[in-house]
Amino acid sequence: MAELEAVIGLEIHVQLATKTKMFCGCELSFGDEPNVHTCPVCLAHPGVLPVVNEQAVLFALQIAAALECEVAPRSIFHRKNYFYPDSPKAYQISQYDIPIAGAGRLGDVRIHRAHLEEDAAKMIHVGESGRIHGSGASLVDFNRGGTPLVEIVTEPDLRSAAEAASWARLLRETVRQLGVSNVNMEEGSLRVDGNISVRPAGSEELGTKTELKNMNSFRFLERGIEAELARQRELIEAGGRVEQETLHFHPEDGSLHPLRSKEEAHDYRYFPEPDLVAIAPTEAMLREARESLPELPAARAERYREKLGLAEDVAALLAADPETAGYFEASSQQAEGVEPRVVANWVTGELAAALRQEGDTTAAESKVEPAALAALVAMVQEKKISHGSGKTVLASLVAEGGDPTAIVAREGLAQISDSGELESIVAAAIEANPEAAEQIRAGNGKAIGAIVGAVMKETKGRADGGEVNRLISEKLGS
Amino acid sequence: MTELLALTALEAHRAMVAGELDAGEYAAAWRQAAGGDELNAYLWRDEGGGPSAIAVERPSIAPIAVKDIFCTEGVPTTAGSRILEGYEPPYTATAVRKLIEAGAPILGKTNMDEFAMGSSNENSAYGPVLNPWDRERVPGGSSGGSAAAVAGGLAPWAIGTDTGGSIRQPAALCGIVGLKPTYGAISRYGMIAFASSLDQCGPFTRDVSDAALMLAILQGQDSCDSTSVGLPKSPSLPDRGDLKGLRFGVPSDLTGHEFDAGVRAVFEATLEKIKDLGGEISTVSLPHAEHGISAYYVIAPAEASSNLARYDGVRYGMRAESSGDVIEMYEQTRAKGFGAEVKRRIMLGTYALSSGYYDAYYGQAQKVRTKIAGDFKGAFDQVDFVVTPTSPSVAFKLGEKTADPLSMYLNDFFTVPMSLAGIPAISIPAGLAQPAGGGPELPVGFQIAAPAFGEQKLLGAAFALEQGIGFDARPEGVPNG
Repeated sequence: MAELEAVIGLEIHVQLATKTKMFCGCELSFGDEPNVHTCPVCLAHPGVLPVVNEQAVLFALQIAAALECEVAPRSIFHRKNYFYPDSPKAYQISQYDIPIAGAGRLGDVRIHRAHLEEDAAKMIHVGESGRIHGSGASLVDFNRGGTPLVEIVTEPDLRSAAEAASWARLLRETVRQLGVSNVNMEEGSLRVDGNISVRPAGSEELGTKTELKNMNSFRFLERGIEAELARQRELIEAGGRVEQETLHFHPEDGSLHPLRSKEEAHDYRYFPEPDLVAIAPTEAMLREARESLPELPAARAERYREKLGLAEDVAALLAADPETAGYFEASSQQAEGVEPRVVANWVTGELAAALRQEGDTTAAESKVEPAALAALVAMVQEKKISHGSGKTVLASLVAEGGDPTAIVAREGLAQISDSGELESIVAAAIEANPEAAEQIRAGNGKAIGAIVGAVMKETKGRADGGEVNRLISEKLGS
Repeated sequence: MTELLALTALEAHRAMVAGELDAGEYAAAWRQAAGGDELNAYLWRDEGGGPSAIAVERPSIAPIAVKDIFCTEGVPTTAGSRILEGYEPPYTATAVRKLIEAGAPILGKTNMDEFAMGSSNENSAYGPVLNPWDRERVPGGSSGGSAAAVAGGLAPWAIGTDTGGSIRQPAALCGIVGLKPTYGAISRYGMIAFASSLDQCGPFTRDVSDAALMLAILQGQDSCDSTSVGLPKSPSLPDRGDLKGLRFGVPSDLTGHEFDAGVRAVFEATLEKIKDLGGEISTVSLPHAEHGISAYYVIAPAEASSNLARYDGVRYGMRAESSGDVIEMYEQTRAKGFGAEVKRRIMLGTYALSSGYYDAYYGQAQKVRTKIAGDFKGAFDQVDFVVTPTSPSVAFKLGEKTADPLSMYLNDFFTVPMSLAGIPAISIPAGLAQPAGGGPELPVGFQIAAPAFGEQKLLGAAFALEQGIGFDARPEGVPNG
């Protein structure tokens, strides 16, 4: 049997960080006391009418622009009818056959569509299971009800769980940098569902897909898709067939559970929402959306690679976070005579490591000024201090900030470049490590480490490693 | 006091503004009159010093009766349904707020067919309204309480809603003026939805001038209703003396169908009156209008099935005791809270929207609706107005049609096409006629429809015709101005 290829599409719900809800004037909130951000409209009192939030439309247009989507000249809302206490009107106002945004692309993945809708209220099931079945009572918090959402649907262009998770991260960064959402998966402002199928490699036809829900982190997204792909492959290899269904991922044990078919067998009776008129974005709105776009991760990474010569992984890492990217660019501009890729390696390598030790602040928030890092990198580059001393200075900068030149002077870290001084230290080190010296003479190059270490210890790391190596080899004739 | 009650709303307004009429005394007289309601027209009345939410500081506009479909803060609002028994909305409908701000005290909330579904007011959960001309007969519906209150001397004027004829038909059956404005002329915010794409608020008045005055107060774009646009210009009081140069089209596709001989006689006499006043009569074609009822009874129930889904017992109104889960609670609440006609329409509408049936029913009905709107557009290329009888019959007896929903639905035969087209139409009393089975004479309404947003011209023509007809009959015991 041919190898089974994974075919994955994603459906992403993005809660928009507008000031107010999608169809009424209630403030958006997270973590407030239940049912304080409600009004007759979002509680669906008799006689109320929805009014579209203009900011939500502008945010959706920004997302559409960032995803290079076609924008519909007149998109309309439908009613999706279903009875459930999280839906006070018993219908969700959503876009159906004419969404605000059509075909687009982000990175290598095609976007099928993106549409505006409202979020449901939050249900809290009282009881041990935490789920509606078997709970003694259910409570409804309408604070979340009516929060504006943009649902983004991709084409089935992803070919592995890792690829899906990595693309979802790119999408999150893209949306985050637009400033239109908090895109926090744990808080639910970003929710990613997967449409998953497998097919014989090389086949053009799509296999039967399942829908995977409730993966509230990128790690769970990857694990969930991985588990579902494994289940489908196993099923098919055993001669079975995949059934179209919706599966719920349980993060506690990584298991997948089908939602009860009764819950899923909905006829939503969609029909055009008669209480709203079409969204017809003006030319000015479209221009505003395009012009408000910051340089997005994909474009920035490309610039870093093409123009600044950064390695692909370093470019992607920096581009993903606009603050760190800004820090890198500021530092690189001030590092005279140093190639941007060297500064980039310091930002993503030594600085990131030092910051992690110091409690995980970001470069931009740290005490290390971009100019200070620039000066430090330049000193290492010009061999004024050794790489090791550079790290020592960096640790000091992370802890206290300040000027690297002053720290070098204060700590006496200037590199020992006088060959005479270094020669006598090397000689003493060889004498103190006769075994290592013997091994080196016998041709075991690896043994040189012990002697280099001794030199560095003696010089407190101020010696130029290259020069030390050269001197040892010279003396031991290896 | 009888003298006070004989004033039209416009006359009273002018007298209050001139300082010749004490607003408090005038309002008190009407409160007293409303208190003598023997028609079951009111579901709630302001007994004086009503809730602060509806108190008016300086009344200069005649007190008003409000159909119980309009939300009024802190005042019971039932839409004629058991499911909203005891419900007091936390806000006030835009139309009511505008009246209050203009200086109109609220007299009370009027009875109606449950959720505005009906043509006889017999579908109210709170009992039928009686026709002031003959208490064994219906006042029409669904705004029967508002119509009966104005015709029966229990209110100087009232507001109602019209989805397929719910203002025009009861106005006709009660011998008063009823106006359904262009869809979008008046805000629907706070008006409990029946069929959102058709519902429109409008006045019940004794004469056309009062209708113009109230329309001027009610119309306007509302930021709470995306489908509201208001009228291009605030209407002024009509003063047209004749109908010279105006062309009236009779749609033979509608009037060619069989209807009460008495109604036909009054209709034809009114056409003669139009000619006397200088107007031209011609025949126009509305080839799809006769399918209006079929399309309407798909579209309106479809929207209603969705609009009424929110009445689930969770957040407000009635909740049936249930030992089961939330779904069972929904079912019990809706089974007990809704009446038969509402249930019938929810089922019809749910079916029409169902996957696999949508195109055959809802989709098809919308196409018919577009065709009907096109028919009117074509007709208005030839004439200024389209005229028909308002209702195929005069007021019928209580219980006469309740067993046969289809014959009840046909009451809307002449009024539904205008609703589907979204255009304004007015019913004015044109004369009296005997019911088909004989008996004392009852009022007959004459319907005039105009192009969208043509209210000003419509009111002008209706005013001239009203003056020409000189209809001044009133039910027994009701003061005549």
